[in-house]
Amino acid sequence: MTTEMIYSATSTGLIGLGFYALLVRRHLIRRLMAINIMGTGVFILFVSLSARGDGELDPVPQAMVLTGIVVAVSATALGLVLIRRIHAVTGSTRLTPGAVVSDEDEL
Amino acid sequence: MIEFPWASAAIVIPLAGALLCGVMSARLAAVVASVSSALTAMAVAVLCWRVWNVGAFVESLGGWGAPLGIDLYADGVALLMVAMTTVVGVFITVFSLGYFRDAPDSERENSHSRGLYWSLWLVVWAAMHGIFLSSDLFNIYVCMEVVGIGSVALVAMAGSMALRAAMRYLLITLCGSLLYLLGVALIYGGWGMLDMQALGPVVEATLASEVALAAMALGLALKTALVPLHFWLPAAHANAPAPVSALLSALVVKASFYVLLRLWIDVFPAIDKAAAMMVLGVLGTVAIVWGSVQALRQNRLKMLVAYSTVAQLGYLFVAFAPASTVAGAGVAWHGVIYFAVAHGCAKGAMFLAAGAIAAALGDDDFSSMRGRGRHLAVPLVAFALAGIGLMGLPPSGGYTAKWLLLTAAARADQPVVAFVVTAGGLLAALYVFKVLYYAFARPVSGSGSDAGETGEVQAIPTTMMVAPLMLAIVAVLLGVWSAPPLHLLDIGLPFGEALGPGLKP
Repeated sequence: MTTEMIYSATSTGLIGLGFYALLVRRHLIRRLMAINIMGTGVFILFVSLSARGDGELDPVPQAMVLTGIVVAVSATALGLVLIRRIHAVTGSTRLTPGAVVSDEDEL
Repeated sequence: MIEFPWASAAIVIPLAGALLCGVMSARLAAVVASVSSALTAMAVAVLCWRVWNVGAFVESLGGWGAPLGIDLYADGVALLMVAMTTVVGVFITVFSLGYFRDAPDSERENSHSRGLYWSLWLVVWAAMHGIFLSSDLFNIYVCMEVVGIGSVALVAMAGSMALRAAMRYLLITLCGSLLYLLGVALIYGGWGMLDMQALGPVVEATLASEVALAAMALGLALKTALVPLHFWLPAAHANAPAPVSALLSALVVKASFYVLLRLWIDVFPAIDKAAAMMVLGVLGTVAIVWGSVQALRQNRLKMLVAYSTVAQLGYLFVAFAPASTVAGAGVAWHGVIYFAVAHGCAKGAMFLAAGAIAAALGDDDFSSMRGRGRHLAVPLVAFALAGIGLMGLPPSGGYTAKWLLLTAAARADQPVVAFVVTAGGLLAALYVFKVLYYAFARPVSGSGSDAGETGEVQAIPTTMMVAPLMLAIVAVLLGVWSAPPLHLLDIGLPFGEALGPGLKP
């Protein structure tokens, strides 16, 4: 029971954290990381599901997480390429062309 | 003898074509893509014929049945969406043949990326068939991600001006998919299976299932661009290359909506959703008004058409209001599906026509359209025919769909919905006529004699003329010839009762 609660709490926390950062942050790499953190939260939930019930582990959620990781890697790669292209073309790492800010703020 | 797996073929053929195109030169890739488009169309035709005669059926991918394997489920609703995808898809292929043939400027990329275009487009096509035909929640997630990633790459092919739109689109589509996946996890945790047909009878209204539905609905509404979650759509759809705009606006948004509809009806019948349906209905109303007003304010043709998509997607959600009542549900769901199909054809034709116009003029500013309409007769006729579909004038498919929605509103005793459906048609007329006005307006005096009056336009390939016109004619024929698709829809109907005798065309 407690193990399950730890997993659920971690998962909820990560999803919330990622979602918050996706909404609030402006730097594109941060936003892409936010998506990845959200994804990790969902994957942890899946992994914890395979331990439910007594007896053997359920392999299906693990298979789903593996597939999910493949999808996440591809999406992240595409995102990183896009960010590099945006930076090369516009010199900015944001979606909205705003006022120039300090490096610290930019991060 | 084992039946030939036609449902799998509808997914495998474009996928195989995509793999072949990825390793070929642009010229050869175009041939392969045309062949696999034609073969896909044949497979889908056989699939429709089979469902028509035999009824809805389950097909286990590779012979491995659920719960271990993945089941494909072909019923009338799924088939109608697949047929829409294929019809629009074939014309997108035809249009692309001309669009990517001569590549003079930056928007039409070099030969390498043109081979890549065919590959990406066929992958997205295959994955959309996967979404429509799959009855496994996780398989739908994977297919949605393939559609999303492929679409983002296709948008980014338009070059530097589309990069930001593509990036925003990527973030949105990933976020939406993750919210959906969260729901999948909760469902699997609660009931230990993923097959939609099997889940329907067993899912109860618990906290887990309610959170799952909420997360999935939010994620899918984000991907379907329901106002106020539409902010990413206009830039992505308007800045993409012309055939990609048509693909996104006509088909991709319908795929996520279809998943939402399936969940709503098939997986969560046990949850009381009446309040949520009224909220969706209100948001749909806002979408129709806001999208139309924004469309009217645009000064670029493709932006106008993109905002029109925001407005038209509102209709899909407005119908949730009458669908929440017992009396209106059956007709409202029929109206929604038919609207999705009619809009798919009309909007596909409209974006292809807009692409042809933009290619002929060099850009899609309304100011450069002035007075050059007579050189653009064919694409403008296509645009106007598609506009008839969007306005919902008889005899177009949009008219049939809106008539079903009006009937549902009357049965549910919701006059506001009836008013919105009608007023939305008037607003659509305004923005369609705005385009036609600019096309046939006199050029601005002063500059008229040299640029506008002679108004020479670039010659565009025949395929770019034919594809939008034919697709627009299909959109109109959906009204004249609405009995067969509505009959197909009633096969293996997941929702309510079939249309009564008074409503059958």
